[in-house]
Amino acid sequence: MSTQSVTSPHPSVDDGYLEYPSRRYGMDHDRYAWSMLTERKPVTWPDDKKLAVWVNLSLEHFPLNPASSSASKLVKLPGGMTMPYPDLRHYTLRDYGNRIGVYRLLEAFDKASVRPTLAINALLVERYPQLAAMIRERGNEVIAHSWSMDTAHASDLDEVAETELIKRSIDTLTTAFGNAPTGWLSPGKLESPNTPDLIKAAGIAYFCDWVNDDMPYAFHTKHGDLVAMPLSTEIEDRFVVIDNFQSEQSWSEQVMDACDLLLAEANEQGGRILSIPLHAWVMGQPHRIKHVEAALAYVMSKPGVWNATAGEICAAWQAQQRVA
Amino acid sequence: MKDDLGYYDYWPYANRPKITWPNGAKLAFWVAPNIEFYELNPPKNPSRAAWPHPYPAIPGYSIRDYGNRVGHMRQMKLLDKYGIRGSISLSTALCTHHPEIIDMCRERDWEFFTHGIYNTRYTYGMTEAQERAMILESMETIERAVGRLPAGYLAPALSHSEVTIDLFAELGGTYTCDLFHDDQPTPISVRSGKRFVSVPYSLELNDTIVYVVNKIEPRRYGQMIKDSFDRLYAEGAASGTVMCIPTHNYQVSCPHRLKAYEEALEHITGHPDVWVTTGREIADYYLAHHYDAAVADIKRGRKE
Repeated sequence: MSTQSVTSPHPSVDDGYLEYPSRRYGMDHDRYAWSMLTERKPVTWPDDKKLAVWVNLSLEHFPLNPASSSASKLVKLPGGMTMPYPDLRHYTLRDYGNRIGVYRLLEAFDKASVRPTLAINALLVERYPQLAAMIRERGNEVIAHSWSMDTAHASDLDEVAETELIKRSIDTLTTAFGNAPTGWLSPGKLESPNTPDLIKAAGIAYFCDWVNDDMPYAFHTKHGDLVAMPLSTEIEDRFVVIDNFQSEQSWSEQVMDACDLLLAEANEQGGRILSIPLHAWVMGQPHRIKHVEAALAYVMSKPGVWNATAGEICAAWQAQQRVA
Repeated sequence: MKDDLGYYDYWPYANRPKITWPNGAKLAFWVAPNIEFYELNPPKNPSRAAWPHPYPAIPGYSIRDYGNRVGHMRQMKLLDKYGIRGSISLSTALCTHHPEIIDMCRERDWEFFTHGIYNTRYTYGMTEAQERAMILESMETIERAVGRLPAGYLAPALSHSEVTIDLFAELGGTYTCDLFHDDQPTPISVRSGKRFVSVPYSLELNDTIVYVVNKIEPRRYGQMIKDSFDRLYAEGAASGTVMCIPTHNYQVSCPHRLKAYEEALEHITGHPDVWVTTGREIADYYLAHHYDAAVADIKRGRKE
């Protein structure tokens, strides 16, 4: 066998790079058990519905000065400022969602008889009390979405600061809406190593950061289990239309195709969940709204669809997990 | 660094010796589901970061886990429906992490080829001995799990050294999926002189390249697969072609994407002269029936 020399431009790796200490049955961490969706007990939804439809609208605030105020220096959140300060184009385009987009979308939801779930940056209710009052009046479920789109939960956020950030966010939303949110969504679905433990300790029951399932599952923390709720990124408006440059029409076709597949699967395998994640500053634009309307009309026309909030779906699932 | 690794000679598509496939098929069709395990906290490779986010890189890790928890069963059901045996590009650590998936694929007589140990361990920076040990361990893991050494290799996360293919040939492999230079199998010159081939695998139709890199809509992906098939099927009347759809259960099996893929599979398997097969069967058939003529033709072309 020849031993000709290898001309590699790469720094060498030591033999530890060929060791695999976490190679074991199941996952390579202890946060949840390995489980294939089809192996689990089938779930039923109220009134024998097949497909729970969770329309999630994120209401976000992106500060103009992220470089000086960011909680994390390690990560950038999607949708943040990209131009030299003051990046008025992105700041105002995001703010558009809270002034115009949210109202346009809520009207579309009402027209389709859809009850949305609202993931809200707590800073918004301080900045825009009229928006908060309108949401309180509507009574939609609110998910805690941290403080702003400048408070990434990442490993350079120390535990004390993250604990305070979570408490401040939840307390502000609780005061604004009269009851404590039971759900959590981290900005950009990014977490520090402590986030699940800290939100559980703060009273959160379910969170929406891990996109590894189409159904809820138990997620272990130091303070007991959270429920991981499946809020898809792959079909999210921002991901499809902004990140992937796909058309609004294509986005709505993708929602329809997902609806068909999940309904068919639910008829064979038990209840499924279709999450439709939206952002006020993305789909609230006048050229996009009709595609939201088309997708919602299609989904809501299907027999077997149960439109519910994340908390309602979570509770219905949880009630079926208790050992008889 | 070299300007070319010399694995193959230039060989024009026109006037090659005719390839025939079993039963007069015009096109050999195979589907290669990548069944992968990505580590949440892999050791750092100095040449390539495993994740775009610091630990814990939840967005990247969790969608890949989706492929195993949810996506695998969806695609497997579809391949069963259309009579397709998958040729699995396997992160072999998955034999330990998720043996249930391995068992189901073995029961279906799917092919297992090696894709390294984890898709978060890159070849970059390995010595030749380290790379050989990594590839050999992955091959032996497959042999233990399914009773047969793998014939094919796709380097983990498409990370290569200059000797990746040479090493795999020396360890007993017969085909590579790492080269995208052709629509037919081609002889590959490895330093040991062994009979070794490239089987077309396709980057252009790889769902991860389509969805993550090229950001293509699901229905357009379905159309691309059909268009690709139609052309290769037509050309296969003159000399047999190969078409592969490389997939990932965390991409193609998402609820909004599976329908377009299913329509494409229905289109392809609805044609009469398609050899629905595996990568290994294509390599073996080519080595037995066409390899020698190809080598002679390439040699002749070089002299002219």
